[in-house]
Amino acid sequence: MMTRISLVAAENFKLNASTTGEHPSSKRQSVTGVQRGVWNVGVSVVLMIGVWWLAVVNAHAKLNVVATTPDIGAIAREIGGEKIDLTILARPTEDPHFVDPKPSFIVKLNRADVLIHGGADLEVGWLPRLVEQARNAKIVGAAKGEVRCCEGVQMLEVPEKLDRSGGDIHAAGNPHFLVDPENAKIVAHHIADTFATLDAANREFYLEREKQFNATLERKLVEWQEKLVSFKGQHLVAYHNSWLYFANRFGLKIELFLEPKPGIPPSPQHLTTVIAKMKELNARVVIVDPYLNRKTADTVARATGAKVVSVTQFPGGVKGTEGGYVALMDYLVNSLAAALGTEK
Amino acid sequence: MKQNFIRWSGVMLGIGLMTGSVVGQETNEMEQLRRELFQMREQMRALEQKLEQVERNAAAARTELPERARTTDVASLAAAEKSWSLADPIQVGKGSAYADIGLVATFAAGGSTARDIEGGTQLGGHDPNQRGFTLQGMELSLQGAVDPYLRGKANVLFSIDSDGETFVELEEAWVETVALPGNLQLRAGQLMTEFGRINTQHPHSWGFVDAPLVSARFLGPDGLRNPGARLSWLAPTPFYSELLLTVQDSHGENAAGFRHSGHDHGAAATELPFGYRHADNDRGVRGVGDMLFAPRYTVSFDLTDSQTLLLGASAAFGPNSSGSSGDTVTQIYGIDLYWKWKPAEAHGGFPFVSFQSEAMLRRYELGAFDWDEDGNLGDGDGNGFVDEGIVADATGLLPAVLNPERVTDYGFYSELLYGFRKGWVAGLRYDYVGGRAADFERAGLLVADNAGGGDLLGRDPRRAQRWRLSPNLTWYPTEFSKVRLQYNFDDRRSLGTDHSVWLQFEFLLGAHAAHKF
Repeated sequence: MMTRISLVAAENFKLNASTTGEHPSSKRQSVTGVQRGVWNVGVSVVLMIGVWWLAVVNAHAKLNVVATTPDIGAIAREIGGEKIDLTILARPTEDPHFVDPKPSFIVKLNRADVLIHGGADLEVGWLPRLVEQARNAKIVGAAKGEVRCCEGVQMLEVPEKLDRSGGDIHAAGNPHFLVDPENAKIVAHHIADTFATLDAANREFYLEREKQFNATLERKLVEWQEKLVSFKGQHLVAYHNSWLYFANRFGLKIELFLEPKPGIPPSPQHLTTVIAKMKELNARVVIVDPYLNRKTADTVARATGAKVVSVTQFPGGVKGTEGGYVALMDYLVNSLAAALGTEK
Repeated sequence: MKQNFIRWSGVMLGIGLMTGSVVGQETNEMEQLRRELFQMREQMRALEQKLEQVERNAAAARTELPERARTTDVASLAAAEKSWSLADPIQVGKGSAYADIGLVATFAAGGSTARDIEGGTQLGGHDPNQRGFTLQGMELSLQGAVDPYLRGKANVLFSIDSDGETFVELEEAWVETVALPGNLQLRAGQLMTEFGRINTQHPHSWGFVDAPLVSARFLGPDGLRNPGARLSWLAPTPFYSELLLTVQDSHGENAAGFRHSGHDHGAAATELPFGYRHADNDRGVRGVGDMLFAPRYTVSFDLTDSQTLLLGASAAFGPNSSGSSGDTVTQIYGIDLYWKWKPAEAHGGFPFVSFQSEAMLRRYELGAFDWDEDGNLGDGDGNGFVDEGIVADATGLLPAVLNPERVTDYGFYSELLYGFRKGWVAGLRYDYVGGRAADFERAGLLVADNAGGGDLLGRDPRRAQRWRLSPNLTWYPTEFSKVRLQYNFDDRRSLGTDHSVWLQFEFLLGAHAAHKF
């Protein structure tokens, strides 16, 4: 485009220059010719800037939101509805600790108005480099568009001392906090607050959606707690220590893990201890996320007569959870209640 | 606050009393003053009571705050203290330091049928360099935000060469802009040249024990890196597409194919320099044109939800110091490809399959060179024969006079990695390098033996064709340690075949930044 314009200008100039030589009297004309050329270029540039500006404005008509994991994404959708363009980086069945930092994510982060991430180091293995490469001032360095979900959440298992001999321990505490609906409320508030600030035109919309979401959660929380109340104090076994917040909220005990230490693969010796403890504590349900090794869970379940339940922390991670955060919690509560119930 | 108030009131009262005693003679006035004094005392008492009340209220408010709100406050404070910083993987000291400190130590043990391991079978500067044990490198890295506008990184590497000498390399030390307008990013300092893939990766993140032959031969044993600046532009395309330009000093052992006069560390001292002519004609820097320029363009596509492709094209241009003409240049071109498949249910990053390949072409201008440097026809000791070690022409009677010429070399490597279960990766790599025979190689030059004869030189071993096949197996107990066993089958056209087996082990302490895709 630019080259074409400059060519036109050059042609004008050449044409006029050649006429200048032949007819001295046409000097004034030639100047006008050059001026016209310059004017052409000027108008074209202005038009181009105008078109570009329009494109930019149109592109930003909706808030461009990037969420790192599908649980955060689901809450962003609850608040933002159709007023936002939402991109979720991690897939629901994927291990959120090990997401490939695909270059396409750089592009998404580069164009984001808002980045919503856990903030508790869950994404530490892949997000920081992406954000560095994205060069987007809107989402770095405590900018308004950076939402750290963990802010205000009471983090559990914050290590006194960082020591990797304890396995994969996160400095900020256990980062799997969103399966507690009370924490979902906090996250929803952060998100609504950010959306309302950055997209003031739809402020009321976001705040209203937050209110609705909170109301739903409050209503559902009573229902969920009722469903699980009879199993209070019962022991469940998880593959990875990511169910602490859920257990605390619903009075369950999820303290036995197939992994000897977070992120360390199960060893036969460890599984033997787990099996013995399961019998001792009468733990009859083993929960496994889609990205974890189901075979190990099946082996343990066979040895103890326990039941394996597929769980997920991400909407879409297991069939029936695609509907969003509430659908996910519904699934978790119902499937666990069913599993615990039949074992009774 | 309260004390100040009382003190002030006292002073004021004192002044009031003094004035009163001096001026007030009449009882009425005294009476009035007394009343005023009384009123003031009352006011003071009231104020004191109010203050106390306020303080009590504040204390009560502190204790009465709901548990939830307080813990939230504490948690968010703690979170702010350990706020997620840019180059921040796992923090050391939980936010108490302004930089993340990390250490990676890589060792190798093994052996080879080859005797010329360092600089012979193993071309990389951090490859295993001898039979027995090698410290391939101990890399110390510091990184963090400099201020709200810049972030910085420094990487210092220690290693021990086959002579047992410890040397220190400044691999990286740069600052980078956080968010320049126009999708630009500027990095300045000591930096790795943005050329292909392997050159910008630290050895510990490679899939193999050693450097690919093509990069070690063309970009140098330690790769291309030097002080300079790098500008990158993220193009506004719907897919990832980035244009980069690195401008650097073209001098030294980290710009081996450019203005580099000496031998690389570890290379045999008796070996003849590249092109069988001295590379001591460092013309210095006369202008911008004597810098090293390296443009790169890279694009990436997500082929499916679980497959990603990354393509790149790079080039590096700069002066070299070959011969004596002083106007010779080196051009290196490269294309690279990386493909990775990882299913949506991968556990801890496994299973996966990745394929990486880089091909390079180098055009190197050799300058004219006359081996009769002292004007005595190479016969320094006057015995009538060309002295030992001097390159003589085909007759062996006169020092060689080498013409300027441009030589072309090419090569590639391809590697396939298969992470078949959590923590386990099997790999296979194929290396090939070669080049078109040059005039100086076909001229029948001899390296004189001071007796009228000498050894026929033929192909320069740094240009000769060779290939290598390397299967390996790596076990990562966690992301912070690894053990790798690799076998290399080497076929060097002029020197025959060799077998090498290396066991590599590595550990990582402290912080470690996430790797690029």
